[in-house]
Amino acid sequence: MSGGYDVAIIGGGHNGLVCAAYLAKAGRKVVVLETAKETGGAAKTEAFAPGFKVSSGAHLLYQLHPKVIADLALETQGLKLVADDLATVALGRDGEHVTLRGGAAEGVSPEDAKAYEELYARLLRFAAALRPMLSQVPPRLGEAMGLNDKFALAKLGWAIRKLGRAEMREFLRIVLMNVADLAEERFESDLLKGALSFDAVLGCHLGPRSPTSVLTLLYRLAGEASGRQGRIALPAGGMGSVTDALRRAAETAGAEIRTGAAVTSILVEEDRAVGVTLDGGEAVRARCVVSNADPKSTFLCLLGPRHLDAGFVRRVHNLRNRGNAAKLHLALDGRPEFTGLNEAELRGRLVIAPSIMEVEEAFNAAKYGEASPEPAMEIVIPSLGDPSLAPEGKHVLSAIAIYAPYALKAGWDTAKEDFKSRLIDRLCGYAPKLKEQIVAAELLTPADLEKRFGMAGGHWHHGELAADQLLMNRPVPGAQQYTTPLPGLYLCGAGAHPGGGVMGAAGMNAARQVIAREKR
Amino acid sequence: MKRYDVIVVGAGHNGLTAACYLAKAGLDVVVVERNDFVGGAAVSRELYEGWTYSNCSYVCSLLRPEIVRDLDLPRHGLQVIPYEGGLTFMQNGDYFANYDDHDAHYREIYRHSPRDAEAYEHYAAELMRQCRFIKPLLMRPPPDPTSFKPRDVNELLYLGKAFHGLGELEMYDTLRFWTMSIAEFLDEYFESDVVKAHLCGSGIIGTALGPYSPGSAYVLLHHYMGEVDGNIGAWGFARGGMGSITRAMASALQAEGGEIRTGSGVKRILVRNGKARGVVLENGDEIHGKTVVSNMDVKRTFLKAVEAKELPGEFLTAVRNFKIRGSSGKLNIALDGLPDFPQVPKDCPALRGDTHFSDTMERMERAYDDWKRGTWSKDPYLDTLIPTRIDPTMAPPGKHYMTVFVQYAPPTLANGEPWDGPNREAFGETVLNQIAQYSPNFRDLILHAEVRTPWDLENEVGLTEGNIFQGELTFDQLLFNRPVPGYADYRSPIKGLYLCGSSTHPGGGVMGAPGANAAREMLRDLGAPQTVREPAP
Repeated sequence: MSGGYDVAIIGGGHNGLVCAAYLAKAGRKVVVLETAKETGGAAKTEAFAPGFKVSSGAHLLYQLHPKVIADLALETQGLKLVADDLATVALGRDGEHVTLRGGAAEGVSPEDAKAYEELYARLLRFAAALRPMLSQVPPRLGEAMGLNDKFALAKLGWAIRKLGRAEMREFLRIVLMNVADLAEERFESDLLKGALSFDAVLGCHLGPRSPTSVLTLLYRLAGEASGRQGRIALPAGGMGSVTDALRRAAETAGAEIRTGAAVTSILVEEDRAVGVTLDGGEAVRARCVVSNADPKSTFLCLLGPRHLDAGFVRRVHNLRNRGNAAKLHLALDGRPEFTGLNEAELRGRLVIAPSIMEVEEAFNAAKYGEASPEPAMEIVIPSLGDPSLAPEGKHVLSAIAIYAPYALKAGWDTAKEDFKSRLIDRLCGYAPKLKEQIVAAELLTPADLEKRFGMAGGHWHHGELAADQLLMNRPVPGAQQYTTPLPGLYLCGAGAHPGGGVMGAAGMNAARQVIAREKR
Repeated sequence: MKRYDVIVVGAGHNGLTAACYLAKAGLDVVVVERNDFVGGAAVSRELYEGWTYSNCSYVCSLLRPEIVRDLDLPRHGLQVIPYEGGLTFMQNGDYFANYDDHDAHYREIYRHSPRDAEAYEHYAAELMRQCRFIKPLLMRPPPDPTSFKPRDVNELLYLGKAFHGLGELEMYDTLRFWTMSIAEFLDEYFESDVVKAHLCGSGIIGTALGPYSPGSAYVLLHHYMGEVDGNIGAWGFARGGMGSITRAMASALQAEGGEIRTGSGVKRILVRNGKARGVVLENGDEIHGKTVVSNMDVKRTFLKAVEAKELPGEFLTAVRNFKIRGSSGKLNIALDGLPDFPQVPKDCPALRGDTHFSDTMERMERAYDDWKRGTWSKDPYLDTLIPTRIDPTMAPPGKHYMTVFVQYAPPTLANGEPWDGPNREAFGETVLNQIAQYSPNFRDLILHAEVRTPWDLENEVGLTEGNIFQGELTFDQLLFNRPVPGYADYRSPIKGLYLCGSSTHPGGGVMGAPGANAAREMLRDLGAPQTVREPAP
């Protein structure tokens, strides 16, 4: 039995660490309990073959909240970027490609380039209007609406109104539209349309033709790197170095971090969370508990339905949290060559999404619990700019592939190898010599991600990022303000507002709620 | 030369509704219609001797009761007969029936899943709540959220108050409902595939969305918010076919002194100095009027009937970007007798309702995938009715008329193949084959069959791309976004030119609300007596 903590945090993922750092900075006595041997959750750098390391979950940084970076002084804690403005290179079949950096598009007609610049600027403006919501507690509605809630809503309304009349109209038109229509209204280049669609649907159970896919695109563009909105960065030393910096920030602030400490249940006394039990039976008591675990695991496994009312449990059950993305890691004998790409382009973020229809067809399969016959992919070769990740002269390739549904009808045990070779073949269509360079390959399906990182459903957002699971509906009504129906229990993970991506906003907002509600 | 107060372009149900209200206000109204008959897509035509088809739209529920009363349509011959239940055939030889009788319905769901039988009550209550929320919005102009005009602000407040009145959890559920897919919504309540498939149909009918597409839950609501004789969600047949609705409207219009000119296609809407002055007919005749209201869809109105130079560039772009993809086809079949369906007891009352052959949502979604690929569904979703089981006026004694609505069929086929000819035939065969699988004597009973693709619908009725709702019912095209942001108030950039078709709020279906709402706005502008009820504040 250990105790005397103000706050016990279940899980040392990036949000758990952010939350711990903020709470410790506020003078709370905090313990972070992490099942794995190391903190980081799904934001980790791990070796998958001797000498080859890779960001095993998230591999690009585009949303880490600037307030988190500043408040926790992450730059002094070792956060370093190898690149902070990666270009997106949309690959075509025969080496032709479209390069996108900010609002600039190369490899398209002048009309498309102009239209893209306009659209990009507009989307950034729209995303910027929504961005303040990221660092806010989502408002409650109705009788329960407090002054803060009204203020938050008014602020959002004003941010949208401030866009100007014509822009506000366009915002209200496109915000729940599908990205395919948005692209087809303006562009002719298939690669450009494919890449834009890909950005909108990556990590979501949506196809380019699914209404609301523009909203997920705006979500992505609300992030920033090095103070510039919409940029994509590559952290030095992989994503693990980001969470290492967070861990140091939390420890510097005084938080205690225990790894290899798997929480098996949340302790409840007199209708209040009062600590947790660890695997092995040890009880860790605290005045309140914050869970970085996903909502389904938190409520249904760690807490248990008996502490909750039936309506709430039903909502948690109905939460959609089945991942759709798989992660592929390749250890390469030498520098890979992609047809038609120069060194600078190779250092970018390569996208295989040749047209809207191909992404849509990839999605069609996923709707029926099948893996895409021709998956769409996001590829980075981080070792090009970061030699620490691979032995000299060798390289690692890290790719996210969609769609790989969690609940695969055929079962991942039998289908995994087949999908892995499908992905490698797909890559070889763009990098013909790649196959001979592969010395080791690892595929993490959503089932693997679930097992390795403890995320139910293997979903990196802990819950589908869909319009009906956002804001006051995230993760479910009754738990949308990081608070839960059980006093003393809070959520701080990606399942809570504003969702996943290595952003840290959920951890930051949750800390603010804990500080406000749990007086010492 | 005579100058009318109002020229209505197109005698569809919305054009006629608007015309009636305008004529009731004492205005001098003329309706010009391209076809030789009125009705648009709500027609009953006798193309084969002895048979009357509801050639396009085929069942009735959405027609607003306020309009039926205001225009006294029953007096002009309209009779709506509710039909009982519905049925979905299953591939395993079983079926799922939908009964009007509450207990029978419960027992039938129970037969498929005891859990679902319990869940149905909760499902129906939630749907009813959403209906009650949306119904008051149908007969009012949608507010412009960017406007500070008192009327818009008031309407926004009204909307806010109605929303607030739902209660906290219900507000969240409403927000979810409007953006969810019908499949997700049903998955939250039911486990049985066939129960879900049966309920899901209304979430896709007429739209280019699949049951798994976000936003399709709203489409279900759109089909559910009507009523027959005060029974919310009920559907019925108009006796004598859907044409009897528009015929009753035409008769009501003539009784108010309105004029109808059929066989008078409009070539162009006359605009001078930014103001509508009248129309030029295809034969070159000009009709002059103080105002023009178009029942045509927004694309046909502004891209074909109005010269581009009369319209601001952004408006034209917005009209071009309006999504109006057709997604459905239609078969009308004359039968020598009633087809047998051995899977179902002969006297099953559900056979008098709508029957379907898609027993899982996945089959319906796969049907949608074909549409996305630019071809008609190989395993389509059918909404099949035999109105003559209830209304014998539509076929000779002992014979029957079957209407088959087919989802999905794209407006244009991949690779630019024409709809006309072998493709239309193959499309029809696909549909007949599906029905024949469940009815051994069906094919032998067919006397003649008429096949309508989206292409035919565009050519015959004038609906762009054959979209039955004059524009997709997705959020980017609903409420203040319909048809074009900033012009959801039935007005247009051209003074004196209005829209009254399904392209406008609240959208398609034989509802009449767009026509009534447009008439209200016109009467306000003209300073004429108001004959359309002002919405309650």
